[in-house]
Amino acid sequence: MTYVITGSCIKDDSCIEVCPVDCIHPKPGAPDFETAEQLYIDPEVCIDCDACVHACPVDAIYAEFEVPEKFGYTVEVNAEFFAEKSTAERTAV
Amino acid sequence: MGAVPPRIAVVGAGPAGAFAAASVWRMRPDAQVDFFERLPTAWGLLRAGVAPDHQEIKRLDDTFDRETLRRGCRFFGNVEVGVDVSHADLMRHYTAVIYATGAQTDKSIGIPGEDLPGSWAATEFVAWYNGHPDYRGLEFDLSGRRAVVIGNGNVAADVTRILMRSPEELERTDVADHALEALRESRIEEVVVLGRRGPAQAAFTSAELRELGYIDGVDVQVDSAEAELDKVSHEWLAEEGTFTARRNVALVREYASGTGAGTGADAVSGAAQRRIVLRFLRSPAAIRGTGRVEAVDIRRNELVRTDDGALRARPAGDEVETIECGLVLRSVGYQAVPLPDVPFDERSYVLPNDRGRVLLPDGEPLAGVYAVGWIKRGPTGILGTNKRDAAETVRCLVDDLAAGRLPEPASVDGDGGIEAVLADRKPDLVTAEGWHAIDVLERERGSRDGRPRAKLTSREELLDAARAATVAG
Repeated sequence: MTYVITGSCIKDDSCIEVCPVDCIHPKPGAPDFETAEQLYIDPEVCIDCDACVHACPVDAIYAEFEVPEKFGYTVEVNAEFFAEKSTAERTAV
Repeated sequence: MGAVPPRIAVVGAGPAGAFAAASVWRMRPDAQVDFFERLPTAWGLLRAGVAPDHQEIKRLDDTFDRETLRRGCRFFGNVEVGVDVSHADLMRHYTAVIYATGAQTDKSIGIPGEDLPGSWAATEFVAWYNGHPDYRGLEFDLSGRRAVVIGNGNVAADVTRILMRSPEELERTDVADHALEALRESRIEEVVVLGRRGPAQAAFTSAELRELGYIDGVDVQVDSAEAELDKVSHEWLAEEGTFTARRNVALVREYASGTGAGTGADAVSGAAQRRIVLRFLRSPAAIRGTGRVEAVDIRRNELVRTDDGALRARPAGDEVETIECGLVLRSVGYQAVPLPDVPFDERSYVLPNDRGRVLLPDGEPLAGVYAVGWIKRGPTGILGTNKRDAAETVRCLVDDLAAGRLPEPASVDGDGGIEAVLADRKPDLVTAEGWHAIDVLERERGSRDGRPRAKLTSREELLDAARAATVAG
């Protein structure tokens, strides 16, 4: 299981501040932070504590199995963000 | 720290002002923070900018309320700084003034016919459908079959969606009643959206681009040739393309090939009555018509890489294509207007500042004057960007306070303070209590019809609602 950030994210960092395992990216200061349209949760690292759900001021975060239908695609988008990142890191030598 | 708590005026109660006030409270809980707001209502573009079909985002108003007004920030609404009270008045009564006035006007495109009746700034349409009292009287002619939206950002996406949504979808939102009635009668079947550059450079978020494909009964069309990337964009995407740009390119391809959302069953079965046509590498050359908008002439562009590495669109060939239409919405960006009695940077359209400290022409800080949000950094970023922006400004302010760089204000309440000034000049001042009464009334009115709120859209209605609360209280 994992939590998922949907398209209504306003990037106000409240979730990053409370995440105990640092699984929400990009973080302020990261090179891709300013251009990111939203924040994403790394499904491989998320421990399902739901702290971010309570911190989010616009209720943009859902448990994977509770994501509303119109935001269903974001489950894949969150995972893809980190998959792309790790590919980029592996190939960047 | 002095014995007298610092007093901070925040000019503009939009998102930047709200985040700034909340930030002051976090860093200096002893400070008295007061909002000065031109409208009788709070939260600026959260109320009058964010699209009515994005209600999730509007929930941020609860956070703003909790972190500011419910913690003792005062709200002085229906008060215009520069008209009702001057910058000098504020400096007399406050230790510091934070300008959070945003970018209130639109950029012009600079083409012939831009000012023809029927050609509007998209921001005017946005303010109208969101019930901003200064825009409620505008009359948009929606009787033509086609509208053209110029621009490829999220405001362009917002106005396109609102033009294409069915009345059944809109009546579940807090869209202004006058807009809902006008949109019910709309005969617009097609919205053409013009992007100056290609799909890789479109400023849409991929969430907004995707959402266009999920409007009931609306088909999204892209010409397959326009969906394909030119060589320059290919290289750019591979080398410095963002996650969003790659997703946007994929989405546009899906729309072009008829496999994306909004291009499937509806289009095949003919169930789609209306359509959105996304055009890329196209710029408007002129808006034409006799007495009112009848058509837009567009030209093709090509992308070139400039010396600084940026990709620019430049005209390619002389061929002109004419798109007949009855409405044009220009969405090429917001622009700030100068404020009375504070420095203004006429080139960048911001208050000249260093991390939020407003600067004099000689580069020295103007003591006690700060900027936050779009008037500080220009009209970029999304809502949450203002939180970090506000934290930066407020940190400067708090440092200046601690270092004794801010003198105590001349007036220390012996003369009744700013409240006496306002009582004298603004009999129809709207306080936090008044705004809360407006808010409650609007939510109640909406709940009868299953809507999140039914907005009051004239100043008279808003002031009446606020006054009723003050009298009853």
